[in-house]
Amino acid sequence: MTSRLAAARAVGVEIAARHADDVDAGARFPREALAALKDRQLLGIMVPESEGGAGAGIAEVASICDALGRSCASTAMIYAMHQIQVACIVHHAGKNAWLRTFMKQLAKDQLLLGSATSEVGVGGDVRSSICAIEEKDGRFSLTKQAPVISYGADCDGILVTARRTPQSPASDQVIVVVPRDGYQLEQKSGWDALGMRGTCSNGYHLEAKGGMEQVIPAPFADVSAQTMLPVSHLLWSALWLGIATDAVTRARAYVRSEAKKTPGGVPDGGWRLAEAASLLQLMKSNVVVSLRQYEAVVGSEDKLTALPFAVAMNNLKTGSSQLAVQVIHQAMLVCGLAGYRNDTAFSLGRHLRDAHSAALMVNNDRVLARTAQLLVALREDPGLLE
Amino acid sequence: MFKIHSEIFNFGASMAQPVQARVRAVLKESALLQADVESLADDADLYAAGLTSHATVNLMLALEEAFDIEFPDRLLRRRTFSSVNAIAQSLDEIGVYKEAA
Repeated sequence: MTSRLAAARAVGVEIAARHADDVDAGARFPREALAALKDRQLLGIMVPESEGGAGAGIAEVASICDALGRSCASTAMIYAMHQIQVACIVHHAGKNAWLRTFMKQLAKDQLLLGSATSEVGVGGDVRSSICAIEEKDGRFSLTKQAPVISYGADCDGILVTARRTPQSPASDQVIVVVPRDGYQLEQKSGWDALGMRGTCSNGYHLEAKGGMEQVIPAPFADVSAQTMLPVSHLLWSALWLGIATDAVTRARAYVRSEAKKTPGGVPDGGWRLAEAASLLQLMKSNVVVSLRQYEAVVGSEDKLTALPFAVAMNNLKTGSSQLAVQVIHQAMLVCGLAGYRNDTAFSLGRHLRDAHSAALMVNNDRVLARTAQLLVALREDPGLLE
Repeated sequence: MFKIHSEIFNFGASMAQPVQARVRAVLKESALLQADVESLADDADLYAAGLTSHATVNLMLALEEAFDIEFPDRLLRRRTFSSVNAIAQSLDEIGVYKEAA
C-alpha cells in the first residue's frame, strides 16, 4: 500500500465516515473530507512528476475511490469525477503550454475540477452538444445550459464540452478547461435526490470565456473514447465496490454479533452473508481485471479505441452497477430490520440509495444499447489472458 | 481471379469507378451524414461532417455489404472511417481492388 492510499484511507475512516450521515441528510458538499484530501495533496496525484504531481496511475486512484466509497459515497464520487477530469487533461494536453501550466497549478494548489458534459436538450447524450465555442481573435466564449454540474458551486475549474464551431454538427465536439475566474454559474435547479446527495449536482446556466489554448487539442470523441469513458467506468466501479464492501462489512459484523449470542452452528443470515461475499468477490475481480486491461493499453491510441476494450469497459460499468445493488440488498437481508433502520451500526439505507445511482448516471440502458452496437461489429473474442 | 469476377457480377458498372466513388455512394445511400457527400473532399474529416461514433458501426456494415468484405477487428477503429480516403485505404488493405483493370 502506498502512503497516499494509507492517507486516503485515514481520511475516509476518520473524517468522511464521521460526516457521511450529515452530508446525506443535508444534501451538502462534504467539505471536511474534500478539505482533508486537498490538505494531504491527494487531488493532483495523477499529474506527472515533470509537472509537479506524483504521476500516480489508475490503479492507485481506483484504490483511493474504493477506500473513500467505504465511508462516504458522495466524497468518493466527487473524488472520482475530479480525477476523470484530471486524466483527460493529463492524457490529452500534448505539448499545449497553457494546459501544461494548468497541470502544474492543479498539482500545486490542489484544484478541484468539475465537469459540464451534459446539456439541456440533447436527451442525455454527452456525445452531442448544442452550445458551441465562439471564437474571436484567439479568445472564446461559450454559453451552456447544464442540467447537472456536480459540486459546481465548490470546484476550482470546470471542463466543458461544446461543438467545435457554431457551424459544426452536434457530434463534432471539443472539451475546454475553464478555471474558476473564467466562468459564471447561475443556479437553475437543485439536487434533492434519492442518493449521492452530497455531490450537490445542481443545474446551472454556465457562461465561460477564455483563450483558445484552453481547448484540449484532440477531438472530444478521442478524449471520450480513450480516457473519459474507460476512466469513468473504472473509478466509478471502484467506488461502487467500496460502498458494497462496507455493506458486507456491516453484514459480517451483524452475523458475528448474532453468532456470539448463539455459539455453535451457523447463525441466521450466515448463508446469505456467504452469498453476498461471493458476489462482492465477483465485482472486485471485474474491477481488478479491468484495471489491468486499461493499464495494458493506456498510451496506445489504437488499443484504447479497439472494440473488445470498449466492450469490456462498458460491461464493467453495467455489471458493477447492478452487482453493487445486489450485494447491498443481500447485506440488508442479513441484517434485517437492523439494516433497514437508519439509526443502527448496521444501517444500510444510505448505501442502497447511493448505489442505486450507479445504473442511472449514464443510464445502463444507453450503455447496453451502445455495447449491442459494438457487438454487431466485433468478430473475435480475446483469449483467457489477453 | 475469382474475386474480380464476383465483383463484376455484384457491381457491374461501378467497377469502372475508383474505390473512393463507391465509398461515396455507400455514404450517400446510408444517409449517415448531415453534410452533402458530393461536396466533401476525399480527405475531409467525416466526423467533422457529422459522422457520429454510433453511426460508424452502421457505416461499417453498409461498406461490408456493398463490397462483400469483412473488416477485421484490427481495423475497427475510429481512424479507419475518418475520411473517404481512409476508408479506401482500409478497403485496399483488406483486398478490394482500387479500379477496374
